[in-house]
This record gives sequence, structure tokens and C-alpha cells, in this order.
Amino acid sequence: MANALVRGCLISASLAWALSAQAAGGSFVVPGSKAASEKSCVEPTAFMRRNHMEVIEHQRDETVHSGIRATKHSLAGCIQCHVSRDSNGTPIPVDRPDQFCGACHRYMAVRPDCFGCHATVPTSAALPRQPQGETN
Amino acid sequence: MKMKDKVQPDRRAFLSTAAMTATALAAGVVLRTVAQAEPRSEAADDSVRYGMLIDTNRCAEGCDACVQACNRENGLDLQEKPEGAEDGKWALQKAQWIRKVQVQDNLTGKRTNLPLMCQHCEHPPCVDVCPTGASFKRADGIVLVDRHICIGCRYCMMACPYKARSFIHQVVEKKLTQTPRGKGCVESCNLCVHRRDNGIESTACADACAAEGHQAILFGDLKDPNSPLVKALERIASRQLREDLALNTGVRYAGV
Repeated sequence: MANALVRGCLISASLAWALSAQAAGGSFVVPGSKAASEKSCVEPTAFMRRNHMEVIEHQRDETVHSGIRATKHSLAGCIQCHVSRDSNGTPIPVDRPDQFCGACHRYMAVRPDCFGCHATVPTSAALPRQPQGETN
Repeated sequence: MKMKDKVQPDRRAFLSTAAMTATALAAGVVLRTVAQAEPRSEAADDSVRYGMLIDTNRCAEGCDACVQACNRENGLDLQEKPEGAEDGKWALQKAQWIRKVQVQDNLTGKRTNLPLMCQHCEHPPCVDVCPTGASFKRADGIVLVDRHICIGCRYCMMACPYKARSFIHQVVEKKLTQTPRGKGCVESCNLCVHRRDNGIESTACADACAAEGHQAILFGDLKDPNSPLVKALERIASRQLREDLALNTGVRYAGV
């Protein structure tokens, strides 16, 4: 009886933790980023949570091989919208553990390969060498 | 002082040229903004073939404006020397898309300068040898590397007769949105492919050369009979480097 009670407590505790973690999933969108002011992502949020990697991979081939650079499903678009800035206006790399990509991927223990090559902050098109808001 | 004396009499002409340039630049800025607002949503097709004509008679000795502009445009100047690497080795190892080359005719002593980059061949040897299909030719004739499927075998570097390709040996910390770069992949000149896709009709090297006043690099569409490039090719004697290899290069040289 006591065992069952303990088990029940443990299960409900873990359930509550899982639920709260899932609820916290909604808050991975970093305050201050452009994404935080949008109603939803380029696709419904639930779809994006599960399928963003497929969407990006599809767009990647179209961009590299055909030169299609529509920003709806582009990684550059993701970063542009989801990047947050510090008090000086300097963009914070999205793969940092407390940022949009980094936080969720750390939680899920999945390492994204995107940022081996791709920039983690948007760089201005007019001044390509300078990340926006940064003077280096 | 000498130069100043020379320029003074032509001050009016200079000012009018400057005004014209400023107008042209202003128009360019507007065009550029519009173009960037609408990146291309249709696939590149073979109704165009991009290429260049490089007039070596106009290419100045000691000038490396095209190389510097390329480095800035494509983030090559953001590469950092690995810790403990020797300067000489690093200079040979770091990625370089344009090389300034000087050739000399030993009989006459005539020296010729030229920028050498990926020649964007119609039959590219780098594509022939690539085991994964990472090295490919786009429909509009641009030869480039899909880094997503490049395994870093470097066969293409061996196959290229122009030494156009570079390998990235180290983790890259700083990179640009428009030019991703990472350890273990090969890369080379892509004719500023991001500019193509955003509707900007020039390359960084051609712009820089024109800004220096040399105008040795002319970029354009080889398939458009009315393009300045085709008109120039009709007028000026040009040739392909290593034309014996029958690669039908997209980059042509005059005066070599």
C-alpha cells in the first residue's frame, strides 16, 4: 500500500514536471526577439516544434541548388526573427544554451549541426562584415 | 603635389564626373534595396550563363582591390590563424577565392597581371570527380559546393587546373549569413551567388576594380547578345586559360 502510494506520488510528480516543462516549451521564444511579438511562427507552432528541421532541410536544397531565397522557411529567416539582443543592442548567438535554438536543443539533448557553418547572428546585407548593432 | 597640379585644370570635369557618379550610386542604392526586399522565389534556369571578361591590360601591378573586396564580401578576412600555426603555412592554407597572378614572358620581359579565380567551366573537372555530388554546376553556369553534402575529400582541389578551391581546416568562429563556412568543407568563388539571387547585377571584385578606376573585370550574362559582356567579347580578343583542356570556361581573359 505504502509502495503504491510512493509510486503514485512519484508518477504524479514526474507528470507534473513533464507538463510544466512542456508548458515552459512555449517560453523558449526569447523575450525581446522579433518572434516574441509575432502571433505564430511561419507555420503553426506545434508543426514547427516537430518539423522545423524538415522544413529547413527542404529549403536548404532549394536555396543551394536553385538559388531560391524566399525567406519563409530559410535558416537566415529563423535567426533574423528569433535572435535576441543584449542591453547594447548586440545580437546574442541563437545557439547559446539560454537562447532560442540552444535552450530547446539542450533540453532535448540534440546537437544541431547548422551552426558549424551558418552564422548564429544576422549580419546586415548592406554591411556584411558587421553583425547588426555590433561594431567590430 | 605633382598630382594636384595635374588635377586642378580638370576640376570642372572632375566635379561633373563626381556628380554623375553620385547620381549613379544613389540610383544603385535604391535598386539594391528594392532587390533585397524581394529575394528570388523562382529557380535559377539555363536561359542565362554568368561569366566574366578580365582585361589583363587594365589589371594594375600591385593592386589587389578585387582580392580585398572578395575577402570582405565573403567573410574570408574573418578567418583566424590557428593557435601555434606558422605565418607562412597559414598564408598558404587559408581559404582564398581570388589569387593575383603575375606571368612574365622571359623573352620580352613583358609582365602580365591577372586575378585568377574559379573559371566556372561548362565541363568542370571538380564536378566530374566529386564522389557525393557536392560539387555541382547550377543551371545558370555557376560552379559551387553544396557544403551540406561535401565530405571534405578534396578530390576537386586535385582536379581543378586553376587552383581555385580551398579547404577549411579549422572550426570557423566568425562567418557571414550570406557565406556560411565550416570545418571540413571545400569552397571557391561562387560568382557572388547571393548577389545573383538577390538581383544585384555585379560581383564584389568587378565593383572594386571599377571603383579603383581600372575596370579590368566585366561581369555579365554570356547568353545575352546585348549584354556589355558579350559586346566586349565580340570586340576584344580574349581566350580561355588552359583552353587545351576544352572546359569552356565562363571566365575569359584578354591580353594573355
